[in-house]
Amino acid sequence: MKPAPFEYVAPTTVEEAVSSLSGCDGEAKLLAGGQSLMPLLNMRLARPDLVVDLGRVAALDYIRESDGRLAIGAMTSKRSVERSGLVASRQPLLHAATVLVAHPQIRNRGTVGGSMAQADPAAEYPAMAVALDAELRVVGPDGERSINAEDFFVTYLTTALQPAEVLTEIRVPVLAPGSGWAFTEVARRHGDFAMAGAAVTVTLDAGGHCADAKIVLFGVGPVPVRPRGAEQAVNGERPGEDLYRQAGRKASEEIDEPLSDVHASAEYRRHLAGVMVRRGLAEAVARAAAARGDA
Amino acid sequence: MPEVAAARKIRLKVNGVAHEALVEPRTTLADFLRGGLALTGTHVGCEHGVCGACAVLVDGTAVRSCLMLAVQADGAELMTVEGLAESDGKLHPIQEAFVEEHGLQCGFCTPGFLIAIYELLESDPSPSEEAIRDVLGGQMCRCTGYQSILRAVHSAAAKLGAARSASATPGA
Ligand SMILES: Cc1cc2nc3c(=O)[nH]c(=O)nc-3n(C[C@H](O)[C@H](O)[C@H](O)COP(=O)(O)OP(=O)(O)OC[C@H]3O[C@@H](n4cnc5c(N)ncnc54)[C@H](O)[C@@H]3O)c2cc1C
Ligand code: FES
Ligand code: FES
Repeated sequence: MKPAPFEYVAPTTVEEAVSSLSGCDGEAKLLAGGQSLMPLLNMRLARPDLVVDLGRVAALDYIRESDGRLAIGAMTSKRSVERSGLVASRQPLLHAATVLVAHPQIRNRGTVGGSMAQADPAAEYPAMAVALDAELRVVGPDGERSINAEDFFVTYLTTALQPAEVLTEIRVPVLAPGSGWAFTEVARRHGDFAMAGAAVTVTLDAGGHCADAKIVLFGVGPVPVRPRGAEQAVNGERPGEDLYRQAGRKASEEIDEPLSDVHASAEYRRHLAGVMVRRGLAEAVARAAAARGDA
Repeated sequence: MPEVAAARKIRLKVNGVAHEALVEPRTTLADFLRGGLALTGTHVGCEHGVCGACAVLVDGTAVRSCLMLAVQADGAELMTVEGLAESDGKLHPIQEAFVEEHGLQCGFCTPGFLIAIYELLESDPSPSEEAIRDVLGGQMCRCTGYQSILRAVHSAAAKLGAARSASATPGA
């Protein structure tokens, strides 16, 4: 199993990377951590003419906080995110999503930008990005633009990125005071891609009712899925196990037919979606209640 | 698609030895180590990132060498399983622990486990059970059932800890 021949460049700036992409006559592919692309090259499922390696673009490796948001460079490894005290304290949902991605040996090289651009329907990062309403910064031949996470994921393994565009940064808001969160999944083995999972955020209003519930499911559709009916069923209600169950049932009814494959049948994924919503809500509400107690 | 792409010159250090070589861009680091440098201790199982047999240290971090191109290692310092034992053949404490705890049977997976565990114990000398399992989960073994490897990690951590405190005690 060996890659087909390709030309290779390793630019040191984003601008050089963009001009390598736009100047290529055939198919050009960006290489980040290689944890998804290299298997495809080895199996010759991808046969690009040119590989543009972002590994030497040092300016894309950072985690910073400004204006109530964390800005993370696309080439930051998931291991750096996992080890970042800033991430753990300011946006714990991002930390929780990160440690569920594969194994430390994969996180050592796999990047933040690579997980977004790969847009695997069962991956944790796209769901995290939609749940946190992340903004993705992109640079292309015509300059820079930003894309909301919800618009970025188009369908299976397909994003809003144009062929000569480079994803440079993802911005996520820091955890709002009083807000509760959860990131939960079911995989056959710890570290494997999830069969289904959910990211949940919620707050409790002055009267102790649920508010601003946001639920994002992954592994059950071509892109991260928001069961809006389940969200609505929760808002304004008093939290409790019955409510979580009811929201879970609603979520599993309202989603489109999930994927059926060797890992799980569509029916089982539909069932799991409900379980993930129930567990995620319970955890997120508990955190919101604790945060209120702290305040 | 290019018929062949021009070979690149790379310079890197492997187990303390400097090398300079010409490689085709599509050559994986695993194939370069095995075929180019004859360091066949690094094993190749799946060639798509799943089994972990090909783990090597690149600038101190454990990576799958089948998921890296040799050209990407230009300028890097590597350690392969051949770099663990001392030059007189004395085994590394992690290797000793594997022998004592029966951490291997056929041995195909062992180089990858040793490298992954080496990185773990370098960054976290007394890892939690959870941290150990997180790392072992990224390595596949078809023979042992993993329990003996788990015991070997605990034993290696204790050996390395004892060696550290012995060398830190003045006059010892
Ligand atoms: C054994 C194993 C288990 C795994 N388990 C999981 C898991 O549980 N959950 C999970 O989410 N992932 C998992 N992965 C995938 C892993 O997380 C990858 O790291 C990730 O999907 C891609 O990131 P990368 O940096 O390696 O990108 P690459 O593999 O280098 O690139 C992936 C794709 O994104 C494009 N790309 C990369 N960076 C950019 C950029 N900055 N701008 C535009 N396009 C870009 C590339 O052209 C390519 O098409 C697993 C991988 C392996 C090998
Ligand atoms: S050979 Fe590299 S992970 Fe299996
Ligand atoms: S000892 Fe045989 S595969 Fe692990």
